[in-house]
Amino acid sequence: MPSDSTASLPFPSQRAMQVKPLVILAVLALVAVALFLTLGVPAGAWEFALSFRAGKLAGLILVAFAIATSTQLFHAATRNQILTPSIMGFDALYLMIQTSLVFGMGAMATLDIDPMVKFASEVLVMMGFSTALFLWLFTARSRDLHLLVLVGIIFGTLFRSLSNFISRMIDPNEFVVVQGAMFARFNAVNIDLLWISIGLTALTLPVLWHMRHQFDVLALGRETAIGLGLRYRRVMFAAFGMIGLLVSVSTALVGPVTFFGLLVVHLAYRILPGARFAPTLLASSLIAIITLVGGQAIYEHVLGLQGTLSVVIDALGGITFLYLLLKGVRR
Amino acid sequence: MIEISHVSHQIAGASILNDVSLTIPRGGITALIGPNGAGKSTLLSLIARLTPLQGGQITVDGADVTTTPTDALARRLSILRQDNSVAARLTVADLVGFGRYPHHKGRPSPEDHAYVEQALEMMGLHPLSGRFLDELSGGQRQRAFVAMVLAQDTDYVLLDEPLNNLDMKHARQMMERLKEAARVSGKSFVIVVHDINFAAAYADLIVALKDGRLHSLGTPEEIVNRPCLRDVFELDIAVETVGGHPFALHQIAPEPLVES
Ligand SMILES: Nc1ncnc2c1ncn2[C@@H]1O[C@H](COP(=O)(O)OP(=O)(O)OP(=O)(O)O)[C@@H](O)[C@H]1O
Ligand SMILES: [Mg+2]
Repeated sequence: MPSDSTASLPFPSQRAMQVKPLVILAVLALVAVALFLTLGVPAGAWEFALSFRAGKLAGLILVAFAIATSTQLFHAATRNQILTPSIMGFDALYLMIQTSLVFGMGAMATLDIDPMVKFASEVLVMMGFSTALFLWLFTARSRDLHLLVLVGIIFGTLFRSLSNFISRMIDPNEFVVVQGAMFARFNAVNIDLLWISIGLTALTLPVLWHMRHQFDVLALGRETAIGLGLRYRRVMFAAFGMIGLLVSVSTALVGPVTFFGLLVVHLAYRILPGARFAPTLLASSLIAIITLVGGQAIYEHVLGLQGTLSVVIDALGGITFLYLLLKGVRR
Repeated sequence: MIEISHVSHQIAGASILNDVSLTIPRGGITALIGPNGAGKSTLLSLIARLTPLQGGQITVDGADVTTTPTDALARRLSILRQDNSVAARLTVADLVGFGRYPHHKGRPSPEDHAYVEQALEMMGLHPLSGRFLDELSGGQRQRAFVAMVLAQDTDYVLLDEPLNNLDMKHARQMMERLKEAARVSGKSFVIVVHDINFAAAYADLIVALKDGRLHSLGTPEEIVNRPCLRDVFELDIAVETVGGHPFALHQIAPEPLVES
């Protein structure tokens, strides 16, 4: 029944239009990586500096990917482009789980557990919580976005206050154990957890690849997605499970970063307007790497500053958030 | 055919549909009419499994909508909802392309592209195919959503107020093309329309809902007449015959019937 011609459709040309920006981003990311590894290395200290920086670099790249991916999954699943997991208090939830664990078992006991086992169980609890919480919030019929913004900010504040409250009840000596986790610090990536974080994050890759088209359909909204035969609940579970995992990984490695995800994902939306999930994810991850790795290289090795990058990035992201809110929340 | 048996639906304790049973035949156009809030959209979203069934049963060509795998059902039945919007930023061609998803699951073949082309053509969207949805007028966007549903190429197509926002030319064109598609390829369209004259002129069967119940069901002549319309809509409407179809003059109050 369909007629003949296929040539005039925009699909192939759209793909071609996406290649160039992606290549440029990839080159910039490589430059950022090279700068990070080589800037300001004192003569004779190459071997030490490289091995030391390589671990940190891996951590930053992992964080960049985790934040970009969790933000984009969140946007696809919730049909909005303004809220992000961290604005909704996801990272605070992770901190709360961590603090509760220290409170419940005592710092000494938590130190005795294999950090891998501890981390893995925190991630599991986090995945459970995030799927439960957000399925409850988002599988209902489409809700008013302004209401969600409000609910998100309330949740974020609630989790943050709860974890603060619990940490106050903790013995001051034990508090030291959790305190480190509460502030973003790109200059001190938690290297101990690097391997397990790489492992956990790697688990999401095949799932992301396999489900990339389903996330495109998911982004059309619940009713349209079901109408197109998407197994909506299953895809939502997968999305929120991965969001929980990725937020845990990035929060464990560098602490909470509120607006970074919003910033990089919106840059990707701008650079590849109307693109599908997979190319957009590639773009947003590369942008995140450029910003984090490049920014950290300049901060640490050129300006000699320590740890202030997160403030700058969050300020930029916060401005993006305000801009999007003021521009009018259409979506 | 779509068999609806003893379907009831409640939202927050309020009864929305009440023991609705009816059979929608295969092939042709069935118009669903009734006042605002009668339950038309609710019934369509139950048929299309967008809302889980609370009571009763619905089958599409024998396949139970609650137990049939949802992706299989998507190749058999499609739905246009009353209010459409997508969060993602999409071009018209991309949106219509999503209508093929149930068939290709993300890897469109040349055949899929051809269906998309045809749907764009059918809705007169060719000049707009590269535009983003938020750059369209209301009626153009409505046609894009209808084209997406048509590209899905299912035997059963449920359209909730497809004529929304359309100008006279496009409204008539759409009805003519649906009629043609029903005739040529034996498709079945279930259409919610508020302009009763479109139902009278194009539908093979008219189903009237009122207050969540099946009010009446019949040919245009059986439904589009003064007593029946008065009963369904609680409005006195003069009905004439134009070109062999009943034609309701619903815009203006009729001359009162002369008492004898
Ligand atoms: N989410 C909801 N919560 C409460 N009541 C609802 C909800 N959705 C629909 N209703 C009620 O269900 C009834 C039927 O709604 P439905 O949308 O099916 O009507 P309709 O026949 O399509 O009307 P219209 O011609 O205005 O589109 C209405 O009285 C409406 O108020
Ligand atoms: Mg309706």
